[in-house]
Amino acid sequence: MRDKARRYLKLFLTTFEISAFTFGGGFVIIPLMRKKFVEEMKWIDDDEMLDLAAIAQSSPGAIAVNASILVGYKTGGVPGALISILGTIIPPFIIISVISHFYIAFRNNRYVSLVMEGMLIGVAAVIADLVISMAWDVIRKKRLTPFLMLVVSFILVEFLDLNIIILILLAGLIGYVDYTIGKRRMR
Amino acid sequence: MIYLELLWSFIQIGLFSIGGGYAAMPLIQHQAVEVHSWLTMQEFADIITISEMTPGPITINSATFVGIQVAGVTGALAATLGCILPSSIIVTLLAFIYYRFKGLEAVQSVLKGLRPAIIALIASAGISLFKTAILIKENGGIEPFALILFIIAFIILRKWKPSPIAVMAGVGAIRLIAGL
Repeated sequence: MRDKARRYLKLFLTTFEISAFTFGGGFVIIPLMRKKFVEEMKWIDDDEMLDLAAIAQSSPGAIAVNASILVGYKTGGVPGALISILGTIIPPFIIISVISHFYIAFRNNRYVSLVMEGMLIGVAAVIADLVISMAWDVIRKKRLTPFLMLVVSFILVEFLDLNIIILILLAGLIGYVDYTIGKRRMR
Repeated sequence: MIYLELLWSFIQIGLFSIGGGYAAMPLIQHQAVEVHSWLTMQEFADIITISEMTPGPITINSATFVGIQVAGVTGALAATLGCILPSSIIVTLLAFIYYRFKGLEAVQSVLKGLRPAIIALIASAGISLFKTAILIKENGGIEPFALILFIIAFIILRKWKPSPIAVMAGVGAIRLIAGL
């Protein structure tokens, strides 16, 4: 019972901390979550984190909230999901409630924008670090299909502006086709 | 009643914004500026700017902001609740399905296909963030100091694997001190 309570508390504090530092929105939360839940706490494994990212991206609503729900569900069922939703929405709620009273001064404040600029540089470095680790994981396994999919997906999204939902559907389909072909060969 | 209107508007925004922040912006604009006149276009632009400057998902930020402007803290609560309600239900269901069936080979194969694509998506999001962080807004040139900070932060992360939050706070502090 106490273990459970401690786990919920940890879940709340971790999602709270992550949310308070998720600048730039969307996928930025994935590297932060990976660092905490995969590397530090080991509550979730690496592949699972990517699966959760895929589900969070393809569901309606904010990616950060969706990812928190998934991580919370995995670590504590439905109560876990509720706790991590709270942890994720409380920081922006407080910050925006406070700022909304003097937002024009905030928007134009030089010191605020300097700190924000700096933090954005930090976020960019965090993502670069994560992407290299994850891409290296794929390359290291020396399997052609995942490697090609990584490269082609990147080109499609970055240079050809392919819709993300279409990319996810295609990638899932290719994964499935690759598997059925492999199975037929085995027979 | 204003609280119900806020709740309902943000339920729609939450339900139809698939793919996160940038997908939600036109929906928020439609509901808050066009349908309800809760915000002027200038205020809407301000929210986007502030959302980019502050942590947290843009939909949650704008729900809080719109709610407070229109009906105080209770309004902010109603709007935020509306915003997360659809995804809470849908994503919890998906989580249940995922953990129930992820052992199946067919599901595994689909997920295996998704993983490299997701890495590519994160890489692409990272590149746009990198550009915002180190390019000069006015002319698109590279800001050398920002680039140097990026490289140092990157090396520190690769080498000592510190907490990303410590790195972000550190770079923020250095940028502030250097800019004074």
